Amino acid sequence: MKLTLNIWRQASTNASGSMQAYKLDGVDEDMSFLEMMDMLNEQIIRDGGEPVEFDHDCREGICGMCSLYINGQPHGPSNLTTTCQLHMRSFQDGDTIDIEPWRASAFPVVKDLVVDRSAFDRIIQAGGYISVNTGNAVDANAVPVEKKTADEAFDAAACIGCGACVAACKNASAALFVSAKVSHLALLPQGDAERKSRVLKMLDQMDEEGFGSCTNTGACEAECPKGISITNIARMNREYMSASIFGEK
Amino acid sequence: MSKFDSKVPAGALADKWTQYKSEVPLVSPNNKRKLDVIIVGTGLAGASAAATLAELGYNVKAFCFQDSPRRAHSIAAQGGINAAKNYQNDGDSNYRLFYDTIKGGDYRSRESNVHRLAEVSASIIDQCVAQGVPFARDYGGLLTNRSFGGVLVSRTFYARGQTGQQLLIGAYSALSRQIASGRVKMYNRHEMLDVVKINGEAKGIITRNLINGKIERHGGHAVLLCTGGYGNVFFLSTNAMGSNVTAAWKAYKKGAYFANPCFTQIHPTCIPVSGHNQSKLTLMSESLRNDGRVWVPKRKEDCGKHPSEIAEEDRDYYLERIYPSFGNLVPRDVASRAALYVTNEGRGVGKTGVAVYLDFSRAIKEQGKNRIEEKYGNLFEMYQRITDENPYEVPMRIFPAVHYTMGGLWVDYELSTSVPGLYALGEANFSDHGANRLGASALMQGLADGYFVIPYTVGNYLSKKISDPKVDINHAAFDEAENAVRASLDKLININGSRTVDDFHKKLGKIMWEKVGMSRNGEGLRWAISEIQKLRKEFWEDVRVPGTKDSKNQELEKAGRVADFLELGELMARDALAREESAGGHFREEYRTEEGEAKRNDEDFTHVAAWEYTGDNQEPIRNVEELVFENVELKTRSYK
Ligand SMILES: Cc1cc2nc3c(=O)[nH]c(=O)nc-3n(C[C@H](O)[C@H](O)[C@H](O)COP(=O)(O)OP(=O)(O)OC[C@H]3O[C@@H](n4cnc5c(N)ncnc54)[C@H](O)[C@@H]3O)c2cc1C
Ligand code: FES
Repeated sequence: MKLTLNIWRQASTNASGSMQAYKLDGVDEDMSFLEMMDMLNEQIIRDGGEPVEFDHDCREGICGMCSLYINGQPHGPSNLTTTCQLHMRSFQDGDTIDIEPWRASAFPVVKDLVVDRSAFDRIIQAGGYISVNTGNAVDANAVPVEKKTADEAFDAAACIGCGACVAACKNASAALFVSAKVSHLALLPQGDAERKSRVLKMLDQMDEEGFGSCTNTGACEAECPKGISITNIARMNREYMSASIFGEK
Repeated sequence: MSKFDSKVPAGALADKWTQYKSEVPLVSPNNKRKLDVIIVGTGLAGASAAATLAELGYNVKAFCFQDSPRRAHSIAAQGGINAAKNYQNDGDSNYRLFYDTIKGGDYRSRESNVHRLAEVSASIIDQCVAQGVPFARDYGGLLTNRSFGGVLVSRTFYARGQTGQQLLIGAYSALSRQIASGRVKMYNRHEMLDVVKINGEAKGIITRNLINGKIERHGGHAVLLCTGGYGNVFFLSTNAMGSNVTAAWKAYKKGAYFANPCFTQIHPTCIPVSGHNQSKLTLMSESLRNDGRVWVPKRKEDCGKHPSEIAEEDRDYYLERIYPSFGNLVPRDVASRAALYVTNEGRGVGKTGVAVYLDFSRAIKEQGKNRIEEKYGNLFEMYQRITDENPYEVPMRIFPAVHYTMGGLWVDYELSTSVPGLYALGEANFSDHGANRLGASALMQGLADGYFVIPYTVGNYLSKKISDPKVDINHAAFDEAENAVRASLDKLININGSRTVDDFHKKLGKIMWEKVGMSRNGEGLRWAISEIQKLRKEFWEDVRVPGTKDSKNQELEKAGRVADFLELGELMARDALAREESAGGHFREEYRTEEGEAKRNDEDFTHVAAWEYTGDNQEPIRNVEELVFENVELKTRSYK
């Protein structure tokens, strides 16, 4: 396949950036999208240029590090697929592909396609955990958890923290990410003790980081590579209401 | 050999750890606050250590090269984590987990460390459940288990096919809590480029801030390396793209011994290589072998046919045939070699002929598609996404790939390397898996090291440092280390040659896979050593690293890692050459039984080879730690 790639180039956070066009020939449809990017970078280096920086690590769709905005969609055209799991068979010979970083003021560009997602870490630090020191635990089978509940908690815990939900949202809201963690821990009996303070602290931090508010457009769920459901947002709102009413704040 | 004190406590095997814990000196809470601990790496081993040491009150500085500790390579582990809980009442016990691990490792690991691992395994599961790790449960709400290769009990806990993710998120959340409390200072996107030693002891590290290229100094009373394995020396492996040996290698060059580097694990069930632009290989969890049956056609002529056209009687379920008692669940090294043999015979399948089938049709018929989907749904999806084939309908095609490295920094019972104050945890050390690791035991080891072992053992060292002042990062040793780091970065940038870093890495990977891979021989290994030396020379003359060292530069990061792999590869070949036996994942063609199975030489090689660095381009010294087996009898591993 022969492709034209329009790629966002930006030297550093404070530099201004622009789209630049590259031609790439000989792309195979069994290659992954990032292997196509590797191929482009090899070509750029041989031509004496500086390769395009992008984040990636596991290339298995689980670490959440890859983050490209491809033809106007986070992680590109395939459903339930991260950029690293996207294959070139989803494109056609002769295609022009636009490749940009996540766009959100809470995720500043670091270089080219790499953004700073440390805001997510700070939200987790604000309360996305169960306070249990090593050695404090009771026997793992002491508290049975109904299978259905455990499965639901797992579904929420499957979030990979990539930030596609923020990139997809016109308000750049982080509600899906935050609600996935709130749900995961609120559903489990182990998370019950801190249930109220957790949701309040995490939402405060979310606001502080400059994420927008959720207006229920559902774009986040549609673009989430792990299929995290927006029912989590509804649950988070309920959790927030009940925590606020009971005067935890 | 005083250097070789493995510090194994006296006493009966099952009492050593309890005894050790009750006698180890403690550090008082107000002294802990004065002690700084540097932790490089925040995968399972590093994140669990950082969280736990901070909970105890130490000042922790933790480092990782990803943009968040939540993304370490541990996240990709699929299948599960072992623990001797005996919830299934199928006869499991600490001793049995210990025994299986020693036997699985082909009697090349230290009894005392492995027994301790088994002893703490149950607490890991308790801790993780308390953190909110959503392990699989049965309808009664209790935890359920599955079996992994090489054992006859069900002791593997799992969270669908994403166990590593859930465990890491658990450790990451415990770490996040400590970051919030101020007891851990977390440095994301930082790469450690050297260890700093003062008067023979580890006192700090030099790092590069990967965003702006700044070289930084960090001092501490102890340094813990939790930096993972070195499988990427093969270029293609199941490891994450960034996994590398740099931290361990710099430690080796500062005097830490590197143990058993040739012990690498080739995992039998990976998606086969499809093209020359491939950048990594994807694992299909070993748990699939619980229900999947491995086969190839009996006759070469059938290999080109669609699998559905090959009649049942024309299929060779070779693992079930050769190993009737373990069948498809033989250990990884055995399964991998068997796949190599049948493909070498010309009976491989798929376009390239370098693959075998993993077939679920019987399991789907017997248990129903829903049950199979419940167990392996995400793995089947992943397979389909990559290959464009539906494994519910067509058998998967699989082939072995490099997956894990049993070798690593030599450590004693306390997880201390041969440099005082420098510790190695998780896959970065060599300690528990001998010549072959059993499935679901790496997660167990990483978390055992971090949550339950190091908090005691590092205390023994730190209790003697309570009156030491903060490390002075203006000490000449820091100047020297920093200057060396700067010089080597400059050198890489200034070569300005004609070949890319990946080009060298791929060449190295090819040499390693062909000659230092699944099956090795003396001639091939000698050839590999000289080829790697040549390649290394070419690298330092002709590599091209664009950009500068003072800004974000992914090519420079890769170049530094490949430079270290080019040295490690040679050491792996030397180690494989010196070990004149076959053991676990190390298979020397000259040493095999009449049936073609691995043949150990217990008389001469019941030891750990711990390599000592003597200078660039100098022959390293091969020290040995004799392994003493008092509690198990050395037997020929048989899975028939
Ligand atoms: C695909 C796959 C599936 C697996 N499945 C299983 C399984 O089911 N069960 C099982 O038990 N095991 C499994 N394993 C093995 C297991 O996942 C690993 O052995 C284990 O997670 C390693 O953990 P770790 O903490 O030692 O290292 P890692 O998770 O590799 O973490 C290394 C850390 O070190 C940091 N680092 C490295 N170098 C530097 C440096 N120079 N400077 C700064 N930071 C650095 C990294 O940023 C990272 O934080 C699997 C492995 C793979 C590849
Ligand atoms: S690189 Fe890990 S999810 Fe894409």
